[in-house]
Amino acid sequence: MEKGKAPLLELKNIKKDFFGNQVLMDINLTVNEGEVIGLAGENGAGKSTLMKIVFGADVIRETGGYGGDIILDGEKVAFETPFDAINAGIGMVHQEFSLIPGFSSTENIFLNREPKRKNVIAEVFGERLCTLDRSEMHVRAEEAIGRLGIHIDADMLIKDMPVGHKQFTEIARELSKENMKLLILDEPTAVLTEKEAEILLNSIRGMAERGIAVIFITHRLQEILNVCDRVVVMRDGYLIEDVKAAETSEADITRAMVGRNVDKVEGRSVKELDPGEGKTILSVKRLWVDMPGETVRDVSFDVKEGEILGIGGLAGQGKLGIPNGIMGLYEAGGTVIFDGQEIPLNAPRKCLDASLAFVSEDRRGVGLLLDESLGWNIAFPAMQIKDRFLKPYLGGLIKWRDEKAIEEVTQKYIKELAIRCTGTRQKAKELSGGNQQKVCLAKAFALEPRLLFVSEPTRGIDVGAKALVLEALKRFNRESGTTVVMISSELEELRATCDRIAIVSGGKVAEIISADASSEVFGTLMVSLVR
Amino acid sequence: MNENVTENKSIKERIDGLVKSFGLPRLIIAGFLLLLYILAPIVGADLPTQLTNTINRFSWNAIMVLAMVPMVHSGCGLNFGLPLGIISGLLGATLSIELGFTGGFSFVMAMLIATPFALVLGSVYGWLLNRIKGGEMMIATYVGFSSVSFMCMMWLLLPYDSPNMVWGLAGKGLRTTISLEGYYNQALARILHIRLGNFEIPTGALLFFALFAFGMWAFLHTKTGTAMTAVGSNPVFAKASGINVDKMRLLSVVMSTWLAAIGILVYEQGFGFIQLYMAPFYMALPAVSAILIGGASVNKASIANVIIGTFLFQGIVTMTPTVMNNMVHMDMSEVVRIIASQGMILYALTRKTEGGK
Amino acid sequence: MSVNKQKTAVNAAELIRNNSVPIMFIIICAVCIPLAGFSPSYLFNEIITRIGRNTFLILSLLIPVMAGMGLNFGMTLGAMAGEIGLILVCDWQIVGIPAMILAVIISLPIAVGLGLFCGRILNMARGREMITSYIMSFFINGIYQLVVLYMMGSIIPIKHSNIKLPRGYGIRNTVSLLRMRQKLDKLIPLKLFGADIPVMTFIIIAILCFFIIWFRKTKLGQDMRAVGQDMEVAKDSGINVERTRIISIVISTILADIGMVIYLQNMGNIATYSSHSQIGMFCIAALLVGGASVDRASIGNVFLGVTLFHMMFIVAPAAGARITGDSMIGEYFRVFVSYAVITIALVMYETKKRRARSRVGEQLKLEQGTGEEAA
Repeated sequence: MEKGKAPLLELKNIKKDFFGNQVLMDINLTVNEGEVIGLAGENGAGKSTLMKIVFGADVIRETGGYGGDIILDGEKVAFETPFDAINAGIGMVHQEFSLIPGFSSTENIFLNREPKRKNVIAEVFGERLCTLDRSEMHVRAEEAIGRLGIHIDADMLIKDMPVGHKQFTEIARELSKENMKLLILDEPTAVLTEKEAEILLNSIRGMAERGIAVIFITHRLQEILNVCDRVVVMRDGYLIEDVKAAETSEADITRAMVGRNVDKVEGRSVKELDPGEGKTILSVKRLWVDMPGETVRDVSFDVKEGEILGIGGLAGQGKLGIPNGIMGLYEAGGTVIFDGQEIPLNAPRKCLDASLAFVSEDRRGVGLLLDESLGWNIAFPAMQIKDRFLKPYLGGLIKWRDEKAIEEVTQKYIKELAIRCTGTRQKAKELSGGNQQKVCLAKAFALEPRLLFVSEPTRGIDVGAKALVLEALKRFNRESGTTVVMISSELEELRATCDRIAIVSGGKVAEIISADASSEVFGTLMVSLVR
Repeated sequence: MNENVTENKSIKERIDGLVKSFGLPRLIIAGFLLLLYILAPIVGADLPTQLTNTINRFSWNAIMVLAMVPMVHSGCGLNFGLPLGIISGLLGATLSIELGFTGGFSFVMAMLIATPFALVLGSVYGWLLNRIKGGEMMIATYVGFSSVSFMCMMWLLLPYDSPNMVWGLAGKGLRTTISLEGYYNQALARILHIRLGNFEIPTGALLFFALFAFGMWAFLHTKTGTAMTAVGSNPVFAKASGINVDKMRLLSVVMSTWLAAIGILVYEQGFGFIQLYMAPFYMALPAVSAILIGGASVNKASIANVIIGTFLFQGIVTMTPTVMNNMVHMDMSEVVRIIASQGMILYALTRKTEGGK
Repeated sequence: MSVNKQKTAVNAAELIRNNSVPIMFIIICAVCIPLAGFSPSYLFNEIITRIGRNTFLILSLLIPVMAGMGLNFGMTLGAMAGEIGLILVCDWQIVGIPAMILAVIISLPIAVGLGLFCGRILNMARGREMITSYIMSFFINGIYQLVVLYMMGSIIPIKHSNIKLPRGYGIRNTVSLLRMRQKLDKLIPLKLFGADIPVMTFIIIAILCFFIIWFRKTKLGQDMRAVGQDMEVAKDSGINVERTRIISIVISTILADIGMVIYLQNMGNIATYSSHSQIGMFCIAALLVGGASVDRASIGNVFLGVTLFHMMFIVAPAAGARITGDSMIGEYFRVFVSYAVITIALVMYETKKRRARSRVGEQLKLEQGTGEEAA
C-alpha cells in the first residue's frame, strides 16, 4: 500500500437496518487502487447488503437508505441508483446473470452502450436512431474478452454458451467500461470449472495490476488466499476481521466466520432421547434433487423417531433441495423409506398421505394462499389429505366445508402460536412475515404429521417471532412426539434447537454431528465440499 | 389490539375501501344503469315493461355467465372459449329436433344429447389448456373461433333432414335461424309464469338458473370445490398440499363447457330461435364482461358477481336503446354497450393479479 | 457470420417442425389449385393484386414482435385512423394521389394518439399483451363507431350527402373511393404476363422493407430486441423499457394507418363499419402462414405468408364448390383455416416455451445422473 495516496474507496460507519432489523453495524473498510479484497462470511452475515449499498441498489433506497458515509476518490458520494455507481466507475457482477439470451457476447457486452454511427435521420429524431457501429463493437468486445485471458466466440449467442462463458461475458462487460475503478464480483467462481476459475483468478490479478480494485466474494476460501491482498470477514452484520492474506489461513478465516462470542451454546435442555438408540423412522438413500440453485447430488441420512434433526450449510449447497425433493416439489431420484414403507418421489400426495408434512422456505410462493383467509390456509391441507373439517349432509351424500370447525381450529392456533391478526377471516397476505410463518406452521400442525420438515423457519422474521417459532417447534416435537427435520442457514439456531445436525456442502451431506460440537468443526464442514 | 384498530376505521376510509374493492368502472356502470332507470319514466318509457325485459334477458343469459365461474376459480382465467360449449348445446338442440322430440320434452332431450358433446369437447379443450398454462385466454379465444367456423361447414354438410331446420329449396343444410315454435320455446319461462299488468316474471327460467347457481355454490363448498379454488389462488400451494393441479383445471374446463352448453339452450328457449353459423362467435364477450361488471376479476369470481353482473349488463343492453331513443332520438345503445363492456374487460386485464398468473 | 452457419446446420426434422404451417399451406394450395381450375394468368393477376394490397399492412406487425409484444391485434387501431382520414378527404372531394397523402397526414396524429394509448395500456397488462390488444381493438371500434356513426355530420362537419346517412348524420355503410381508386397502383403502368403490376405500390413496400432492415440496425431497434427478450436485463442496463415498448406500438399503428390507405385505394371503397375489423385477423393469419411465430417474424415470412394465404383465399371457395357443390363451404373453409392457423401458431408458441423450460431440467437431471453414478 503506497503511502500518501488517498484510498480509492472508504466506507465509514456504514449502518443498515431493514424495518428495525439491524443487518449492518458500523462497517469501516478501505479499498486502495489495484487492491484485491476477499470478502468472506456466512449467508446473512451482511456481505451482499454491504455491496448493494456500495453499488447503489434500488432495494437499499426503497427500504430507507443507510447510515454512514461512502467516500470515493476523496469525495463523499451517495448513489441514488446503480447507474450513478456505474458512472462513478463501480461495476458489479451479480450471481444471477444479467444477459440477454438471444444476443451475442458482443451485443451483451455493449448492451445500451453501443458505439453508434450518426446519420441524417438521427439528427432529426434523436440519438436512438443512430445505427450501431458493429465493426467497432466487435473489435472492442474482442479486446475486453482478450483481457480476461480466455477465448470466447464474440459472435456466439448467450443461450448457446456454456455457463462459464456467460460469466466471463459478464465480467468482460464490466471491463469494457472505460472508467472502471472498482469491480465487485459476487461468487463468480461458483459456476466455473476448476480450469475456468483459475483463468478468472489470473485475470483478477491482471486487473489489479492495471489499477482496478476488486472486491471478491466467495465461499471457496483457498481462492481468497490465492488471489487476494487482504481478507475481510463479516459475521452477523459486524466486520470481524480485516487482515493481509499472507497473515491468515483457511482455519483462521473459518473460525472468524462462524465463531460466536459465546462458543458454548445452550444445547437442548431436555434430552429425553438418546439419538443413537432411537428407532430409525426415515431413511434417505442416494437422493438427488433438481432444484435450481439448490442442487442435491448424492445424499443419504437417517432420522430417528422423536428427534429434531438439523440440516445446515451455506446457501446454494443443496440443503433446501432435500425437503423439497422428498416432498415432491422438485424432480428427484433415489430411495426414501419412511417407517418401513418406501415413499414414491415426485408425488406430493403420497408423502402427505404417509403423514409427512412440510413447511416451505418460500412462504409467499408455496406456503400460503395469500388471497384467502387464515382459516382456509390452516385447514386446507388437513381437509384435502385427512378429510378433516368436512361435514356430511344428506346422509353423507355430499360433504361441505365445516366452517365452524375451521373457525375453531384457527382460533386454537391463533392463540397457541400468538398469531397477531384481526380474526380468522383476515387474508394471509395482510399479515407480517413472522405471523405468516406461524400460519404455515399451524397448517402443518393441523395435518398432525408423524414427521415434519421445516425449511428456514426464521428467514426474514424479527427476533421476537423467531424465538416464538422455534419454541413452538420444540413444543410440538415434545408434546406430540413428532419427529422434526429443520433446515436452516443459521447455525446458532440449529444448535439451540436440534439434537443432531447434518451439514450439507456441495450437494452432499458432509457429516452428521452432535449439536454441541464446536463452531470450528461446523465451519470446516460447511466449506469442505463446496464446488 | 389489532382488532380495535380496524374497528375504529373511519367511515370515509370505509367508503374509499369500497370504491377500491368495487372498482371505479363498476361504480360508473352501476350509476349509469341507475340513471337510466330514473330517466326511463321521465322520458316516457314504461318502467314495468323495461324491468320485464331486463329480467327476461337476465334469465336467458345468466347460466352462460355462470359458466365463467369454474375456470376463473381454477386459475384458467376468463373462458373466452365459451363458443365451444355453445356448439355442444347447438348440437344437442338440433339433434333433439332432428330425432323428432317436441314440446318441453325436446328441451330435456337437448340437454341430455348436448352433455356427452360438452364432456368430450371440454376434455379435449381442458387438455389443451393444461399444455399452455399462462397463455390460456388468447388461445381460448381462438379455439372458440376455430370451432365456430369449423361448425359452419358442418351445419351445411351434416345429414340433417328435418324440414323445420333445413333450407327449403336445397332440402339440406341447416338454416341460419331455426324457430323453436312447437319445440321448447319458452319451455322454462312458462313454468309458474307470473303476470302483473305489464310486469312479467319468467319464474321457471329464474328457478332453473337458481338451481344451477345453488349447485355451483354447493360445489364450491365441497372438498373438490375448495381444492379448485386453491389451485386458482396459488397452484404451487395446491401442489404442495397434494392436489393434482392439472386434474382440477381439466374438471373446471369441462364444467364450464357443459354450463355453456346448457346456457345456450336456456337462451334459446327464451329467445325462441336457434341461431347457427356465425352467431356463437361473439357470445363469449358479453358473458365475460357481464361477470367482470359484477365484480369478478381474472382470478376471483363468485355467484354474487354472476347475478349482479348479468343484471347490470342486461339492464344496460335493454335500457339504453329505449331511453336513448326517447331522449335524443338516436339509438346509440350498440355503441354504449360496446364501449362499456369492452372497457370493462380491458380494465380487468390491466389489473395486477396476485398469486399465479 | 458464424451464427448464420450454425443456423443452416439445424437438422431437417427441426426444419420441418419449425415450418409446419407454411408446408401445410403449400399442400392445401397444391390440392386446391387444380380443383379450382383457374387459369395461371388469372391466378397470377389476383396474387399480384393482393400482394400489393396487403403487404404494407402485414409489415406493420413486425416491429411489435421484435419488441416482444407478440402479434399486435391493435393494428386495427391504425386501420381505423386511416379510414377516418379517407372519409374526410373524400368529403372534401380531393382526388388521386394528393388525397391519399392528405388522408395520411390527417390520420397520422390520430394513429399516434391511439398508439400511445394502446402502448400505455399494454404496459399495464404485461404478459397478457395479445389478449389485451385484441380486446383493445374491440374497445376502440366502439369509439370509432361513436365518432363515425354519430359525431360525423353532427359535430364533425360532413358536407356531401353521398357519404352521409339519409338521417343527416353518420357515414354510410360504404364510402366510394372511386376518385382515388388504384391511383397509386397505376401511377407507373406496367403489364407483365397479362397482369397489371402495381409498380408504385411495390416501390413503397420496398422502401418500407428497407426501412425495417435499417431500423433493426439502429440503437432503437437494438433496444427493442433487448426489451423483447428480457425486460429485466434491459431495464438493468438502463434502457427505458416502457417507453421503448410504447414506441414500438406507435410505429406499428402508424404503419397500419398508411397500410390501410394503400389497401383501400386498391379496393376502391370503404366498408365503413367492417373493413378494419377483419384486417387484423387476416394480416396476422397471413404472417403466421408465412412461418412467423409470436416471438419471431421476418420480412421473408411476410412475403411467403401473403402469397400462400391469399392463394388459399382465392382457390378455396372454388375448390370447395367443386367438391361439395356448395360455394359457401369454401367460404367457411377459408375462414376456418385463418382461425385454425392462428390457434395452431399460438399453441405451438406456448408449448415451445414450456419445452424450452423443461429441457433445462432434463439437462440438469442428466448431469446429476452421471454425477450419481460417479459418486
